[in-house]
Amino acid sequence: MKRALPSDSIRLLIPALSLTILLIAVFYLQPRAMSYVGLNLLFNLAVPIALATIAQMLIMTVNDLDLSMGTFVSFVACVAATFLQATPVIGVLILVAAIATYAALGVLIHVRTLPSIVVTLGMSFVWGGLAVLILPAPGGHAPEWARAVMISRPPLVPMAIIACVVIAMVAHFVIMRSSIGVILRGVGGNARSVERAGWSILGARAATYALAAFFAILAGISLVGLTTSADANIALRYTLLSIAGVILGGGEFTGGRVSPIGAVIGALTLTLAGSFLSFLRISPDWQIGAQGAILIVVLGLRLLLNRLENREKRS
Amino acid sequence: MTAIPLRKAVIEVADAKVSFGAVKALDGVTMRILPGECVGLVGHNGAGKSTIVNVINGGLSPHQGTIACGGEPMPRYGIAAARANGVRCVFQELSLCPNLTVIENTRVMHRTLAGWGWRQRAARIIGDKLDEIFPGHGIDPTGVVGDLSIAERQMVEIATAFSQVAQPVKLVILDEPTSSLDATLATQLLGYVRSFVETGGSVIFISHILGEILSTSDRIVVMKDGKVVTDRPAGEFDEHSLVAAMGSVVKGRDQEKRVKETAGLTPRLSQSSRRGKGLPFQAFPGEIIGLAGLGGHGQTDTLVNLYLGRTGSWFRRPEAQVAFIAGDRALNGVFPLWSILKNLTIADLPGLSRSGIVSEPAEADVGQAWKERIEIRTQNVGNPILSLSGGNQQKVLFARALATPAPAVLMDDPMRGVDIGTKQEVYAILRAEADKGRTFVWYSTEMDEVRLCDRVYVFNNGIIVAELKGDDVTEKNILAASFMGAAA
Repeated sequence: MKRALPSDSIRLLIPALSLTILLIAVFYLQPRAMSYVGLNLLFNLAVPIALATIAQMLIMTVNDLDLSMGTFVSFVACVAATFLQATPVIGVLILVAAIATYAALGVLIHVRTLPSIVVTLGMSFVWGGLAVLILPAPGGHAPEWARAVMISRPPLVPMAIIACVVIAMVAHFVIMRSSIGVILRGVGGNARSVERAGWSILGARAATYALAAFFAILAGISLVGLTTSADANIALRYTLLSIAGVILGGGEFTGGRVSPIGAVIGALTLTLAGSFLSFLRISPDWQIGAQGAILIVVLGLRLLLNRLENREKRS
Repeated sequence: MTAIPLRKAVIEVADAKVSFGAVKALDGVTMRILPGECVGLVGHNGAGKSTIVNVINGGLSPHQGTIACGGEPMPRYGIAAARANGVRCVFQELSLCPNLTVIENTRVMHRTLAGWGWRQRAARIIGDKLDEIFPGHGIDPTGVVGDLSIAERQMVEIATAFSQVAQPVKLVILDEPTSSLDATLATQLLGYVRSFVETGGSVIFISHILGEILSTSDRIVVMKDGKVVTDRPAGEFDEHSLVAAMGSVVKGRDQEKRVKETAGLTPRLSQSSRRGKGLPFQAFPGEIIGLAGLGGHGQTDTLVNLYLGRTGSWFRRPEAQVAFIAGDRALNGVFPLWSILKNLTIADLPGLSRSGIVSEPAEADVGQAWKERIEIRTQNVGNPILSLSGGNQQKVLFARALATPAPAVLMDDPMRGVDIGTKQEVYAILRAEADKGRTFVWYSTEMDEVRLCDRVYVFNNGIIVAELKGDDVTEKNILAASFMGAAA
């Protein structure tokens, strides 16, 4: 029986390839980036984005979408820069309550069969409002430990790269390898059959949302660790960046087809695309549009590959 | 027979009643499954097979009646209790997660497969079971299910159901397990079922291929209209007596049939035989054509292909050649937020428009005319569509299709859940429209409706296996064609 590469590997091929090409292009334009400091500068902002992308990917695993990711990460950043730094106990309590809220949202969305887009869009205003209440003006201080982790300089490989690899590995283990992750992805693939096997879809959804909130909180804290202070609007772009990162990394909106490694690569690609355009000296006015163009090219490539794959399957 | 009462039934359902709205899906069904027997379950569409299966696997609680496992009454019976008692089910529609690998699907089905090394254990369990049931299957347990063929998925599902992890497997329900397997694989499966039964397991076996039922079962239960009509050892049946048992007890009044002479006419709709097998499909002006057979054997696909072949292209002329009446009102029938009138006229907006603008007076005239003609029970056609009862909503959908100039109307089981009075009204309208020369292609799961048709194509396994005309359109002939082994 002839079997080509498993479809999961093919799925990872395009994101890995596009990241490599972008990286080569960046090195070509700016050879000085090819150094310890250069790589760290290129990628350190990718760490919070990668974490937020993993969070979004978890939500997408159960066929939902979180439109409050950006405001939630902003909210966490504000909490981290104020309560978590000044009164750690209260800070931790707030973050635990945020995780519980996410789990409750998962329950609400499942029980009332509400569209997750509507619920999370509504929640984005709640998170945004709370963030403004906590930090009406930009300010606050990053907790020392978060700052220390983010600016640490391990030997040989920059912190940003190590962090991204660790994030990818942990997420891969939880989602792709563990026996619980199988159930979560099963809910996205065919909720009915998971239910028929005696599992609680409600519990699976709540767990997924709570886990997503956990990763989003890590994103917020690592972001504050990099920027040293916070702002209520600090991470608004993350909603769309995280969705784009998941899709770029080979994930799909429905069907439980996700890839944590791909999602991290997608987040790296998006970050790198910004630097690439700066190195090209494209004016900031055009950068968002150019970033969109890169996205369209990569997704177009994937569509092409999917079509080839389907044709092969049919023949 | 005397030894049987001594053994405790694996599962015993007593006097189960289930109703969905006005429809009685189960009307007092009692079923005892003993260890070491294979029970064949047969019946036509809507007989209640799927419902009793869902009651036994815990997915559906009967509104009345009791369930006992191994002699113990189970007041709180559900999916978890069923699985704990060793009840497994292979569903008719494939129910694996396509995004997971074979191993991971095994994990989903077996709660206790967890902890370190679960992948190796799962791979061994599913691999061994696949080898045991389907030697030489060639399925890679690490492969993603979405990449497998339909037959391979079915094999995985069957092997998963029979594989034992923590609780012993006592009863496996196989709902049309051979529908996507070829003859060799089906033989392997049936052989395994027999050896499973001989070692003390029980199987409920549902199939539309009566040969399989007769050769594999110890006992055959025939259901009809939510009741068990016959329950006898398999040896007392042959194919003809089984078909007879599934037929109606009361002889329905058969309408006078008109057989049209169609030779030499050009068909209004035609389709060559599906997948190169079976009979071709043809429909002539003024005919009511029925599509019969068990649900899901290719009837809806045929309708959709007929429709899409004549619409849905940007390059075609705007006049509709065919209209479609959907069966699932909520899913693809009504526009729930619109008024009755807008729902009615949507299919023929080009005919009501002048230079791209819909003429409101013309629209109102059409609405009024059809309201009177088919007696939509409402004060005002401007009311929202959801203010109507289900049957009246369905009438609006009929009016939507009939108000178009389309000479052919395709109907995908449109009478589901419609009360008998409305049905009679619609039947009369159909007949009147057919007399005016319209063609109707009617897929129905109800025998009474199929018998109203002038000509009937019977589907089996995705192909047309029989064409019945005029007085040959009888329940007996339709049942025989839809249950006989499919033409190879």
